[in-house]
Amino acid sequence: MKTRFVPDHGLTARMTGAMFVLGLLFVVVIVGLMLIVRGPFAIIIGLIGLGIAWYQWYASDSLALRAMRARVVQPHEAPELHAIIDRLCAMADMPKPVVAIAYTDLPNAFATGRSPSRAAVCVTTGIVDRLTVEELEGVLAHELSHVAHRDVLVMTLASSAGIITGMLLRGSMYGGFGMFGRRGGNNNGVPVWLIVLLASIVVYAISFFAIKMLSRYRELAADRAGAFLTGKPSALANALTKITGDIAAIPQRDLRAAEPMNAFFIAPAVSGASWKTLTSTHPSLEQRLEQLAEIATQLGRPLDGGFSPGPGA
Amino acid sequence: MGFWDTLSGRTKPVAPKLDALFALPSASITLQAGANFTMTGRGAVCFRPADGPAFAQTLADVLALLDADEGPDVEQSTDEYGFTWLLARQNDMGALVTDLHAVTTSLEAQGFGQAMLCALVSFTDPSGRSLALVYLYKQGTFYPFAPAGQQRRDNVLELQTRDLLKQDLPIEKDLSRWMALWGAPGL
Repeated sequence: MKTRFVPDHGLTARMTGAMFVLGLLFVVVIVGLMLIVRGPFAIIIGLIGLGIAWYQWYASDSLALRAMRARVVQPHEAPELHAIIDRLCAMADMPKPVVAIAYTDLPNAFATGRSPSRAAVCVTTGIVDRLTVEELEGVLAHELSHVAHRDVLVMTLASSAGIITGMLLRGSMYGGFGMFGRRGGNNNGVPVWLIVLLASIVVYAISFFAIKMLSRYRELAADRAGAFLTGKPSALANALTKITGDIAAIPQRDLRAAEPMNAFFIAPAVSGASWKTLTSTHPSLEQRLEQLAEIATQLGRPLDGGFSPGPGA
Repeated sequence: MGFWDTLSGRTKPVAPKLDALFALPSASITLQAGANFTMTGRGAVCFRPADGPAFAQTLADVLALLDADEGPDVEQSTDEYGFTWLLARQNDMGALVTDLHAVTTSLEAQGFGQAMLCALVSFTDPSGRSLALVYLYKQGTFYPFAPAGQQRRDNVLELQTRDLLKQDLPIEKDLSRWMALWGAPGL
């Protein structure tokens, strides 16, 4: 079939790079632990880390909905919302996720769930009140793209190295490094626990930035897929402008309450200053609008020449 | 979606399926013989209009193509969700299906195949009940939609129709995909 969907190879390359770094970190952490720790501890710590990641992924829908105090709504309770999602799912040929509403004035939306067939899409009453039907559709298409891309799984796996080093750091606070004692080894050198501590901090820092980077790329990919699905990049752009402006105008205290959920939101609920570009889970509004404008150009261009006629053409 | 597509966050657009659309004429005969529903001669296509001049031009070409024959012109309307409907009228089911098919192939040739949502043809029986057979382009399946007054569906009639037509048409098995299309043109 002829398609206007043009993959962004630069984005794919950057995303692959970030994922490679995170995968490498996981391997480095496990291998490092195996070298330092005596006995089967390394494998056990690795398994516990993966277990935590697995639980976060497996229970992601119920955890996230509970954290947001969201309520699952049936078609007769929110007919319009369900109709928009029905249509998007039919166009994208994907299973319909559970639909939930969170009763907060913070305008936002998120998608969660362990797989496309077990997913939930949640919107806040704030976003429904502020956006037009087409803008809401743009936002929902973005969230459904997160579901199709299995972003919860990807992000959870990506953070497993961070989870393990986080565990080690916390363990060091409670003096849990007794197990790292290599008695009589290198009395003159630096103690092993200090090396482990420093290495953990370095690994944690790298994984922190790489995760944020990956998250931003996944957002751009979801914007892209969502805009191509609805064919209306302008509606998503309008929605993003509205939401981001509104979020900045809302007092800080409400916003910090929602902070742990940031990675799954359509627009981040924290506004930072100079750190923003490096540590933010979402790309800047300008960056997102720029990509959407590019997609609008691709959609507006006539397709001719160079293509073999498609089936039935 | 494949492993690499998932990893690189890239959804492949789903191509509309067209083959099953041509099973409608025989299903129409079955429906008349088995349930006394006759075609109203109206059929409609629903799709998502894309931003930009390319789509507008493609749509204008489609309308010109469909209006080239004698008979009533195609009516264009937009529903409350921003989807465009094209309503065609033909007395023969074969001709109607050809019209619906032409819309899809024209949009697809310009790279807008992903925009297709559904097509419907409507039927009515002597007691005035109305029934539509809705074709989901991406799934390649049909489902019956029987509106019965304000925002209510005649589910019994829909299930009877499913059982009647399951030999003739690929019927959508997932009942949650049987979207309500209130106020769709052609009903």
